[in-house]
Amino acid sequence: MMQAPMELKLREPLIFDLSRSGRQAPSQFPPDAAVPAAGSTGSAIPAHLLRSVQPPLPEVSELQVVRHFTRLSQMNFSIDTNFYPLGSCTMKYNPKACNALAMLPEFLNRHPLAPEPQGFLACMYELQEMLKDITGMQGVSLTPMAGAQGEFAGVAMIRAYHRARNDADRCEVIVPQAAHGTNPATAAMCGCIVKEIPCDRNGDIDIEALRAAVGVRTAAIMLTNPSTLGVFEHKIEEVARIVHEAGGLLYYDGANLNAILGKVRPGDMGFDVIHMNLHKTFSTPHGGGGPGSGAVGVGPRLLPFLPIPVVGEEGGAFRWLTERDLPQSIGRLSGFMGNAGVNLRAYIYMRMLGREGMVRVAEFAALNANYLMKRLTQAGYEAAYPARRASHEFIITLKSENRRYQITAMDVAKRLLDFGFHAPTTYFPLLVPECLLIEPTETESKEELDHFCDAMTAIRREMEHDPEKLRSAPHTMPVRRLDDVRAVKQLDLGWKSPA
Amino acid sequence: MPYIPHTPDDVERMLAVIGAQSIDELFDEIPRNLKSAKLAQVPPALGEMQAARLLAERAARDGRPLNFIGAGAYEHHIPAAVWAIATRGEFYSAYTPYQAEASQGTLQLIYEYQSMMCALTGMEVSNASMYDGASALAEACLMAVRANRHGSSRRILVPRALNGTYLEVARAITGNQGLEFEVLDFDRRHGRTPLAALQARRGQDYAALVVQQPNFFGNLEEVDELTDWAHANKVLLIGVVNPISLALLKPPAEWGVPLDGHRGADIVCGEGQPLGVPLASGGPYFGFMATRLQHVRQMPGRVVGRTADTEGRPGFTLTLQAREQHIRRSKATSNICTNQGLMVTAATIYLSLLGPAGLRRVADACAQRTAELVHALGRIPGVAPAFAGPRFHEAVLLLDRPVAPVLAALAARGIAGGLDLAARYPELPRALLVCATETKTTADIEAYAGALAEIMRTPQAAHPAAREQRR
Repeated sequence: MMQAPMELKLREPLIFDLSRSGRQAPSQFPPDAAVPAAGSTGSAIPAHLLRSVQPPLPEVSELQVVRHFTRLSQMNFSIDTNFYPLGSCTMKYNPKACNALAMLPEFLNRHPLAPEPQGFLACMYELQEMLKDITGMQGVSLTPMAGAQGEFAGVAMIRAYHRARNDADRCEVIVPQAAHGTNPATAAMCGCIVKEIPCDRNGDIDIEALRAAVGVRTAAIMLTNPSTLGVFEHKIEEVARIVHEAGGLLYYDGANLNAILGKVRPGDMGFDVIHMNLHKTFSTPHGGGGPGSGAVGVGPRLLPFLPIPVVGEEGGAFRWLTERDLPQSIGRLSGFMGNAGVNLRAYIYMRMLGREGMVRVAEFAALNANYLMKRLTQAGYEAAYPARRASHEFIITLKSENRRYQITAMDVAKRLLDFGFHAPTTYFPLLVPECLLIEPTETESKEELDHFCDAMTAIRREMEHDPEKLRSAPHTMPVRRLDDVRAVKQLDLGWKSPA
Repeated sequence: MPYIPHTPDDVERMLAVIGAQSIDELFDEIPRNLKSAKLAQVPPALGEMQAARLLAERAARDGRPLNFIGAGAYEHHIPAAVWAIATRGEFYSAYTPYQAEASQGTLQLIYEYQSMMCALTGMEVSNASMYDGASALAEACLMAVRANRHGSSRRILVPRALNGTYLEVARAITGNQGLEFEVLDFDRRHGRTPLAALQARRGQDYAALVVQQPNFFGNLEEVDELTDWAHANKVLLIGVVNPISLALLKPPAEWGVPLDGHRGADIVCGEGQPLGVPLASGGPYFGFMATRLQHVRQMPGRVVGRTADTEGRPGFTLTLQAREQHIRRSKATSNICTNQGLMVTAATIYLSLLGPAGLRRVADACAQRTAELVHALGRIPGVAPAFAGPRFHEAVLLLDRPVAPVLAALAARGIAGGLDLAARYPELPRALLVCATETKTTADIEAYAGALAEIMRTPQAAHPAAREQRR
C-alpha cells in the first residue's frame, strides 16, 4: 500500500536568465502606441519627470513565460497534488466551481466604484447573514483582508468600545501562551499591552492565572477554541464570566472554526467578537500565501463599531453602508471593500455545502483527526494530550524520539516530503517540545490517512535503523535543506542586473 | 456528501479504531448546554449545476458597463496566460512556503517578483506583498516612524491630492499607535502639491512626507523638489506610485538630487492591481512595498531570499523572519501573516509577458487615451478640464452642474462615467474624475463623449435626476 515517493527534482533558471534583449510577446501589446509621436502625451510630460533608462524586466517570449511558470508550479506541493495536513491552516479541498463561478466576467470586470452591483451585493448580504447565524453574532463586516486584519478590526473595535464608555485606560490584552503569534502582534498594533497566561496540564486555561491577570485595565482576552493545542476549552463559560465581570470583552480567533461548525457557536460561548478565516473554514484558496479574508462578526456591544463598508438591505435593494450609517465605525481597512472575490468564493462554497453540509464539516474533520491520532499512537507516537479528544487537529510530541535517536520534529517533517506528504506544522505551539500539529481536514479519505500512517510507521523504523536518512532528508525535492543562516547573513533578496 | 469522501463502511471502521459509538461522541467535551440549534439562515445545499445557474443570474443582473472609472483601480488587458497559470492547483491551492524544499516554485516566483518590483521602482529591496495599496501605505507610515533615526516624531505629512481612502485607512490602522497626519493642500491651478505648502513647515518635526505620483487627480507632482525638501528636513520620503506608470515615469529611487549620498524615496508602496489583477469589485488586489537595504529590518511582511542547500546548490527560502509575528509576537514589525501570494503570482507572470517594451507601450497608450478622452469631453459645452499641467491616465473635469445626476444618466446608458468628487472634495463640488486605459478604443471614447454631450444638452432643471438631487 506504500505510495511511490515523490520526485520533484526539477531545476529552473531565473526568468531573468532566459531574457534576451529585444525578445517580446507582442500579442499582449496595445495597438498603435508604438512610439509616442512628437507632440503626443509622452512629450507633454517634462523630461525631468520621465524615466531615462528602461526598467531591467525580463525580455522573453510567451511560450517561455508559460513554460517557466508551469515548471515552477510543478516544484510545489499543493492540496490538489498532495495530502497537506498543516495544523491550524485547514488545507481542505478548494472546490473548482467556487473559482470558476467567481470568475464570471460580470464579476471580474466590475469596477469597485461603479454603481452598486445588485447581483454581487445580494451574494455578499446573504454571506453576512449566513456567517452571523453560524457564529451566533449580530453583525458581520466582510472587509478585513486576512485573518490578522480581522484580528486587528476586532481589537480596534474593543478599544473603541471602551473609549466610547469613557473607560479608555483598558489597554491590556490577555492571551494564552499557546496563542497564534498574530494575537500578541495585533494587540501591540492596537497600542495594547500583552499579558500571557499559562495553560494547565490538560491544555485548558489556568483559571487561577486568569483571575490574577484580569482587572480594571483589562480590555479583552483573545482565545482560540478549540485551542491551538487541539482541544476544546472545557471551562469556556467560566472564562467568559471572569473576563466580563472584570469589564473586559472576549475575542474569538476563528482559526479553528472548522472544528465546531454547526456544533457550537462562539456567540453562545460568550464571545463578543470573532474573526473568521474564510480561506480556512470556507475553503477559499490559500494561493501560496494569500489572499485570505478575515470577516469579523460582533455581538450587540460592538455592533456600532464594525469596520466599513458593510452591505445593507432596504426593500430588496442592497447598498454599501458607510460612515454615514455607522458613525462610530473604526473606519476603513482597505482601499475598497476588502477581498471581494475571496468573499464570493466563500459564499459559493457555503451555498454548495448548505445547512447539512456545515455540520458535516466539523463532524468529519473531527472523525479524521481522532482516527489519525489513534492510529499514530498505535504506531508508537506520543500524543501531547492523550486524555483529550482531538478537535479537528492534534499534536504529536517527539520528545522521547528526540532523546533516544536524536531525531527532531524537523527531521520527520522533511522526511515526510519524500513520501509525498506535506509536513504538518512544526514547533507550534511553542510550549510542546518537538511537536507536530496535524490537521487532516474532512475532505481526506480513509485511504489517504492510512497512507500517511504507513509513512509515519516507515519513518519510525528509519529512526532505529537509518537515522541519518532522516537527518539528511529531504532526498527527492529540488533542493536539500537550505542554509537559513546564510540567507540572513548574505542577504540576496533579488536578481541584480549585471549592467 | 459534498466534498466528503467517507463511505458508511469507512465511518464504521474509523469509529471502531477510535473506540467511539458515534461521531457525535467525538464532541462530548463540549458542554451540552452550548450545542447549536439548527442553522436557520443557511439554505439547503445546491449542486454545482444549480449553483452555476444562481451565480449566472446574479452576474447577469450586474451587466458589463463601459468603464471610465479609475480612482485607485484600473482596467487593463490581462493576457490569457496570466490566470491560466495562476489558477493551476499547484499555485492556487498551496500554502505559505514554510516548507521551503516543497515550495521552491512559489519561493522562486516571489524572488522574481521582488526583483521586478525593484526593477520598476529602482529600490534595493521589496517584500513579498501587502494586502492592498491603502493598507501598504498605513504600514509604510508605521515603518517610517520606526526607521527615521533623526527623531521620534509620529507625525506624517500627506497631500490632500493623495487618494483620500488611503488616508482614511492609514488613520484607522495607525491611530491606536498615536500617528498623526497633517494634510497639505493642493494648488488650484495645477492640482498638485506646491512646495510652498511645505516651506511653512520647515524646522518642525515629522517622520515622513507622503508623495503620490501620479496623484489622485491623475496629475504629476513635482517629485524632485518635494523629495529634496524632505531630505533637507530629515524627513523620510514615502512614494505612492502606480506600477504601470513606472514604465514611463522616473522611478522613485531617482527622485530629487543626491544629498549626503542619499537620493530618492526611502519607502515606496502602492496598489499592484494594475499588473494583471482583475477589478473584481475591489479585491483581492495586492499592495507592494520596497525600500533601501538599510531599512530592510524595519520592513513588514514576508521576504524571500536566495541561499544554498547543504550541497551548495542555490535555493530559495523565507528570510529575515525575526521581524515577523510568528517569531517576535508582540515585538513584530506588523501583525501581517497571510499576504496576497496568488495576486503576486499573476503580477509576476504579467510583467514577464509584457516586459520593458510592452509595459512602456501600455503606459504610453494609457496616457494617450486619457489625453484623447479629455480632448473629446472637454469640447462639450459645460465641461472643462479642472487643472493645467502634465498628467498620466486620469483627469478631473469640471461640469456646469452637479455630477451625480450626470453619472446616473450615463449609467442608464451603460457607461460607468467616472467618480463624483463632491463627497471627497467639497471644494470641488462639480468635479468628475475620469480615466482611460489602453483598453479604451476611439469608438469607446466617442460613445462616452456622445452620451455626455446629449446629457449636457438637457437643461439642468428639466432633468429628473437633477430634481431628485436637489430635494
